[in-house]
Amino acid sequence: MTLLITVFAAVIVTVTWYNRKDDSMQLGLLCFLYWGASLMWFVDAIAEYIELHDAYFTPAPADMLNDSFLGLSAVALGLVIWLVRLLITDPKGSVRRALRK
Amino acid sequence: MACFIVPAAEAIAVTIAQKVESRKEYRMAAQNESNTNAEMMTESASKPFRIPFSRKLRWLSALLWGGSILLAFEHFWHGEIIPWFPFLSALADTEGTMGMLREMATVGVGMAVLITLVWGGICLAADRIASREQAEPAVKRIAA
Repeated sequence: MTLLITVFAAVIVTVTWYNRKDDSMQLGLLCFLYWGASLMWFVDAIAEYIELHDAYFTPAPADMLNDSFLGLSAVALGLVIWLVRLLITDPKGSVRRALRK
Repeated sequence: MACFIVPAAEAIAVTIAQKVESRKEYRMAAQNESNTNAEMMTESASKPFRIPFSRKLRWLSALLWGGSILLAFEHFWHGEIIPWFPFLSALADTEGTMGMLREMATVGVGMAVLITLVWGGICLAADRIASREQAEPAVKRIAA
């Protein structure tokens, strides 16, 4: 579930990046962040499949819930990292303008 | 257990390499700018567009750092990273340490290799797309 949620987040961010008007939102960072995590969790999933075989596809509901919660938390952490970087680099100068008021 | 350490170590190495390469490219660009020879300028104008290697390294660095940070979070979630020494729960006993090293050698190396391979593919595709964008107007002109 963690892998699935991160892949969906990566695809959504990539599509948003493709339709961007300019680079001021720095969505590229978020794309790399989620794709990097997705690829790593994909390798983790393969290793787990080799170990568990068919049981990998029938997880216990409690494990699935925990994995979903982890996936959503990972996506949220990615968003927070991106937002903090966006506010620090401040490409549109919004933070600077607000501070100078 | 600690598979993310391998891509994280690669991320550190790539970030250093990217900084060095970026400085080298900046110096070369400054050198070219100072050269006012007309012949050199026409030569550089006719050269096909190439994505700087430092930019490509930045992509790899972002992939590795992004993945490592989110995976470190996952390990923290599962209690494999602890906020006190030795910071990794697997280091508490010899058996756990051996298991951790085995996982780093298999899953960790696999992660680093897959990310690097995907990055290689991205670089190849990006070069082709960039050169296609440049070739398109000429093709249109010929068609017209």
